[in-house]
Amino acid sequence: MSGARLEVIERNCKGCSICVEFCPKNVLEMDVFLVTVPRPEDCIKCMQCELLCPDFAIKVHDE
Amino acid sequence: MAYDYEKSIRPGKLPHIWCPGCGHGIVMKGLIRAMDTCELDRKNTAIVSGIGCASRLPGYLDACTLHTAHGRAAAFATGVKMAKPEMNVICCGGDGDGTAIGGNHFIHACRRNIDMTYVLMNNYIYGMTGGQFSPCTPTGHNASTTPYGNPDPIFDISKLAIGSGATFVARTTAAHPREIDKLITQGIQHKGMAVIEVIDDCPTTYGRRNKFRSVVDMMKRLKTEAVPVKAAAKMTAEQLEGKFLTGILFQDTEKPEYCDQYAEVIKKAQGA
Repeated sequence: MSGARLEVIERNCKGCSICVEFCPKNVLEMDVFLVTVPRPEDCIKCMQCELLCPDFAIKVHDE
Repeated sequence: MAYDYEKSIRPGKLPHIWCPGCGHGIVMKGLIRAMDTCELDRKNTAIVSGIGCASRLPGYLDACTLHTAHGRAAAFATGVKMAKPEMNVICCGGDGDGTAIGGNHFIHACRRNIDMTYVLMNNYIYGMTGGQFSPCTPTGHNASTTPYGNPDPIFDISKLAIGSGATFVARTTAAHPREIDKLITQGIQHKGMAVIEVIDDCPTTYGRRNKFRSVVDMMKRLKTEAVPVKAAAKMTAEQLEGKFLTGILFQDTEKPEYCDQYAEVIKKAQGA
């Protein structure tokens, strides 16, 4: 699996951590009140983070 | 891959006002996807809401929107649909707005079976006004006005809609985002009153008073309590204790639609 490019729109992120908890591959992590993407190569593009983000703050791009 | 939501949102409106973890944002995304699937012309789509957290939703969407008095979303939407029957009308609102303050308008819109889609976001509480208990706050749970537990039995919104005469009634949760847009799409395509109840989470005024330690706890609760209609058919009453059904709960395509009925009245009055 080649991974994907995950874009975090920092201005919109409120740090609810839904994306971090529901990511099946543990791609995302919380940095206090902001989500970060330390392991984008593990992403399987299940889109859970993008679908469940209430704040329009994360996008999964095909790379 | 990444879905382009921004083209449906008014420029400069994000970030929205909802609290961190509030499910209304997930429902708004589902509504945008459903509107795209149905290829609704935004100039011919009216999104109507009352007052409350959930009713802030139309303010973000780039379509014809109407933000009205508390609980009166269904009444204003009926007016829009009667005046312009060719318009697609979508109502948005919360449980307090839709079933308490606007309960009367809601049941009568259902009874008339007027062609609109009501997306009712049930987060068990009046969020915006400070966490007062709503008709959907579960019995025994705490709200700011019921610090010793809510003694009232709850409204089952879907059953209320079916009983009042709505012809498409479905339920889902904010933790099932793909089902949200699937059901709203079917609701928009249905001719007649469609009620889509989305069980939602309110971490700020409901969750913290009811021992949910985090937003994620609330989302996981939604996932465990939701039982699809098909799966529920194989389960016993004991297994279904404390759960709620999701999916299409009721559909009737036979009942006449109100705008059609009213067009007949207009014809008669004009002496045709």
